[in-house]
Amino acid sequence: MAEPIIQVENLYKNYGAVEALRGVSFAVEEGEVFGLLGPNGAGKTTTVEILEGLRTPDRGIARVCGLDPETTGERFKETIGAVLQSTALPDKLRVKEALDLFANFYRRHADTDQLLSRFQLDEKRDAFYSQLSGGQKQRLALAMALVNDPQVVFLDEPTAGLDPQVRREIYDIIEELKRGKKTVLITTHYIEEAERLCDRVAIVDQGRVIALGTPRELKQRSAGKTRIEVRLARPVVNGTLGRLEGVSDCREFDGAYVLHSSSTPQTIVALVKQLEAEKNELQSLEMFSPSLEDVFIELTGRRLRE
Amino acid sequence: MRNRAFFFFSLLMPMLFLFGFVALFARGNNRQWIPYILGSVMTMTVMGSFWGLSVQLVTFREQGILRRFRLAPVGAGPMLASSILSNYFLVMPVIVIELLVCRFAFHVLSFGNLWALFALVTVGSATFASLGLIVASVTNTMQETQMINNLIWMGFIFLSGATVPLAFFPVWIQRVSLFIPAQYLATGLQSAATKFATPYEVFEDIAALGLGLVVAFEVSRQLFRWEPEAKAPRRAKLWVLAALVPFLAFGSWECITGKRLNHVNQNFQTLTGRMLGGQSPPAR
Repeated sequence: MAEPIIQVENLYKNYGAVEALRGVSFAVEEGEVFGLLGPNGAGKTTTVEILEGLRTPDRGIARVCGLDPETTGERFKETIGAVLQSTALPDKLRVKEALDLFANFYRRHADTDQLLSRFQLDEKRDAFYSQLSGGQKQRLALAMALVNDPQVVFLDEPTAGLDPQVRREIYDIIEELKRGKKTVLITTHYIEEAERLCDRVAIVDQGRVIALGTPRELKQRSAGKTRIEVRLARPVVNGTLGRLEGVSDCREFDGAYVLHSSSTPQTIVALVKQLEAEKNELQSLEMFSPSLEDVFIELTGRRLRE
Repeated sequence: MRNRAFFFFSLLMPMLFLFGFVALFARGNNRQWIPYILGSVMTMTVMGSFWGLSVQLVTFREQGILRRFRLAPVGAGPMLASSILSNYFLVMPVIVIELLVCRFAFHVLSFGNLWALFALVTVGSATFASLGLIVASVTNTMQETQMINNLIWMGFIFLSGATVPLAFFPVWIQRVSLFIPAQYLATGLQSAATKFATPYEVFEDIAALGLGLVVAFEVSRQLFRWEPEAKAPRRAKLWVLAALVPFLAFGSWECITGKRLNHVNQNFQTLTGRMLGGQSPPAR
């Protein structure tokens, strides 16, 4: 069996008293799009930055293409491309200049004019970095990450803070990388992103990988269950919702009750009867088919974006 | 020209000094002062590298720009060297503009020894840029950088002979100036501009600046930090002293021999004698 292109074993990292990583382990095969899914502060960025050679782990092993990011220096950097959580460039640097500058750092590099076209930055080639919109800046960051035609691409929350339209554009670019058999490690706290883009996902929470598998495998944990989210006029008492027919799990988040039910119609009928009996009022009711969010709730008792 | 701050501090300010000094000190029969003033203005232009690079490096670090560069296969040494080189390519045109202004606005026919000027500007801009990079590496915030820069800049400006001729100062201040990097640049440029001093004759100035450059560059490379959250350890600030070792050595030597101060004072006396019809320089 081929060696994994990214190998992470038992990574630990503390920032003072804060334990950012507590034994993170996973492996990524060549050509795979692998996602690290978790809430803010879960340890995703620390993991990626260790793999990019920007941080030093307290202990554990990190290897990319068989190279140690910390000690192999320039040889290692030739093999990777990365989009940081927030990319910054000098305000008065022009788009084309930025690409040319970074291209010249590498022994092997792509044609920057082609990259501009591919990332729809042709019209902005002479614009200053400060004149670009958030989406254009992120497209430039992606173009810069690919300027050396890397074997492995790290994308740290590449769509965070972008509007839905731009986010979809970024998804298209990542799907193009996927079709091109690039190995991509992406961190995200967007369920949609992980489900749509990733071949496999590691769910990370509080510095640990708490689940790992394909999105389908992970969702199997919640197979046959529906998430029902209800908002009521008054809070319920004594956990009565958790005892409704078909409900396997009931939690309260931000004033809403999230029920996981294996027999949805019966649960809804029982819910309505219960509310009538309590003279309570249903303000809203939403139903969702199982997602990675449900897996995360089941595993941690919290929502991803809490 | 993209950067208004650069335009103001690196081009407009030296021009204002040039026109201001000429208007104040080189009117009427005193036009022969212009080469001396040119030497001083060129000194300030070259010393501006100190401010430019320190502020740029701290800004880049604080904004996370250096982090992006860190992902590329480029080390601290080449990064710093390229910033010094690019700064040089900004300083050189300003020097040329200053020479042209003197030629066409003030009808100066001779600029002294151009080879010596070229050598001093080249080595000087790299030395002061490296000193600026050290300040950027030992300070953690822009506020701290500006505070330290201002303190050092005052010494550079007033104790180098670039603004106030050293001959005006009491001997003990003149001796202090021998330990200041800017003094070697100012003395060298003024000698080259007014006395046609050759590169050989200003070799000591070039050597002091050159040695200072080598040490300052290595210190800045050792102290370089890519990450905004990587704070400079306190002991790192002691490294600044290491960068001053060449100037401490040259200053001590000059204090012992006294040759440089004699030379500076004699030059000034000759100049003022020539300009003011033999009057003595101000009493010390």
